[in-house]
Amino acid sequence: MGAITLKESYPVEAGDFSTAGEASGKIKRVLKKLGIDSAIVRRVAVAAYEVELNLVIHSMGGHMDLIVEPDYLQLNVHDRGPGIPDVDLAMREGYSTASDDVRTMGFGAGMGLPNMRRNANDFSIRSTVGVGTDIEMGFKL
Amino acid sequence: MNNPKKYYHSVRLDKEKCVGCTNCLKRCPTEAIRVHSGRAHIIDERCIDCGECIRVCAYHAKEATTDSLDIIHNYPYKIALPAPALYGQFRNLPHVSCVHQALKLMGFNAVHDVALGADIVTRAVQERLKQPGCPRPLISSSCPVVLRLIQIRFPELLENVVDLRSPMEVAATHARKEFCRAHDVDPSEVGCFFITPCAAKMTAIRNPIGHETSAVNGAISILDIYGVMSGLLRKIQPLPEGERGFRATALGVGWARTGGEATAAGIENALAVDGIEHVARALEEIENDKLSGLSFFEGLSCVGGCVGGPLVFENVFIARNRIRELLFRLPRLKPEENISDEVMHELWHDLHMNRSIQPVQVMRLDEDLQKALEKMDRVEEIRRRLPGLDCGSCGAPSCQALAEDIVQGYAHELDCLFLLKARVRDMAKQMVELSDSTRV
Ligand SMILES: Nc1ncnc2c1ncn2[C@@H]1O[C@H](COP(=O)(O)OP(=O)(O)OP(=O)(O)O)[C@@H](O)[C@H]1O
Ligand code: SF4
Ligand SMILES: [Mg+2]
Repeated sequence: MGAITLKESYPVEAGDFSTAGEASGKIKRVLKKLGIDSAIVRRVAVAAYEVELNLVIHSMGGHMDLIVEPDYLQLNVHDRGPGIPDVDLAMREGYSTASDDVRTMGFGAGMGLPNMRRNANDFSIRSTVGVGTDIEMGFKL
Repeated sequence: MNNPKKYYHSVRLDKEKCVGCTNCLKRCPTEAIRVHSGRAHIIDERCIDCGECIRVCAYHAKEATTDSLDIIHNYPYKIALPAPALYGQFRNLPHVSCVHQALKLMGFNAVHDVALGADIVTRAVQERLKQPGCPRPLISSSCPVVLRLIQIRFPELLENVVDLRSPMEVAATHARKEFCRAHDVDPSEVGCFFITPCAAKMTAIRNPIGHETSAVNGAISILDIYGVMSGLLRKIQPLPEGERGFRATALGVGWARTGGEATAAGIENALAVDGIEHVARALEEIENDKLSGLSFFEGLSCVGGCVGGPLVFENVFIARNRIRELLFRLPRLKPEENISDEVMHELWHDLHMNRSIQPVQVMRLDEDLQKALEKMDRVEEIRRRLPGLDCGSCGAPSCQALAEDIVQGYAHELDCLFLLKARVRDMAKQMVELSDSTRV
């Protein structure tokens, strides 16, 4: 029998600020139960929270999949659109299309995507306008 | 659970009084309570001494152990260290120094304010914030419950905790040094006793966090001395202005209330939060890097701050307001004006922690990740079969917690009343079928 891996999927609703942060909170709790090194938990927590809020604020909803293997952790995120027209631009620090309303809530510094890339060991993003965005993040355990 | 070492705890259960209700189960922020065989049990390794269970228990089955006033007689010289919260307990207190007079009438040779320790810690916090590379937000180390919460639930934030001892410890060290110098006695002859609103401080004296031994020799609950003290205070006349000998600043006394520490240090961008669940939520935000720009975080387990501690007599809001009024009668001095460089220098070493605060890994399923993953898999499989009502009748705080307990071998699936009912129904059906089939 091969090594056990953990696979969990967490749905994220678009525009629902009352549940925003729940998925990343659950992910964090699972990682702590697994006894994963606290410095790594912190990095995953930051990346998971940023991506979850992007799904709430900018996307039409989607889900976050957590896969934990004994030496590697993956966070695969998929949403149902609208997609990002210029990914390179979106990845730049300070770039944001967040509305004034969202900015009043303390988001929209344009730091989310750069933070994800900084915290993950591996990071990839693919996006198609009208279809959706896929982000894959990997963390070495 | 993984650690066989016995922890000392101030918060304990009186088995005689416990009726096995489940009120305390869900209030516990570290899921440290289980109800088995009609009695609650506290899992020592997880308990952080917040006293939430004491507050919620209608049967007064949870109690905080503190020292009795008699223990002060184990020392030839006795110094009282009143917590700032003590000053909010009495109606019509003309001046804070009257409390000193009362303490001396109760048998103490000297009184040294923890608020003065707070002034010293305030200065040290200010200096720590100025050092290059100081983590942001710097997290206050003054509430031992919050420290234990961080050790257990937020270990990644331990590096943000300021490496300073609590005002209680600093006051004890300072008081003993001064007393020995003034009276030419040996330090071992001087006992320092904290007059405490706080159960966790009792635990922190026995098991200090961040240093090996405590400079405090015992903790006496405010509740225990409240009656005697109010009686004495009714007879005491305040001393004339010049003889009051109250050395702490208003800001030091202000530590009794939430935000007192941040205010005393004059920190911009500070956040003060009270109530253990709120503190946990704020720590989550810090963990998510959501509070960037924050320089200082003060978390206090008790609503209102120490003035709302589990061992006080007076209602927290009334006491808090009294403290506010008393402050008007104290000199408006800043801690950095009150505490000299010489004092800072003399206490510098004893002011700082001398060992790092380690994570307490009691929430994880296993030390080995592979095994933890296997256990998590089984936890999930069991949890799916549980009703998800989190009713607590199994004795665990949630279905999730029961599933974990089962996998760890501490509980059984049939502890869940719903699974038990289903099983009984199945068995009854089988019995009927069996008897039907044998009758033919
Ligand atoms: N899932 C997504 N779907 C569509 N657009 C997205 C998505 N994620 C990010 N974007 C776009 O990329 C921009 C940059 O994202 P980023 O997370 O870096 O900053 P932000 O969300 O605007 O601000 P911050 O994360 O600092 O609060 C967003 O403003 C948005 O236009
Ligand atoms: S807030 Fe004060 S009284 Fe309450 S647990 Fe913390 S230190 Fe003790
Ligand atoms: Mg973002």
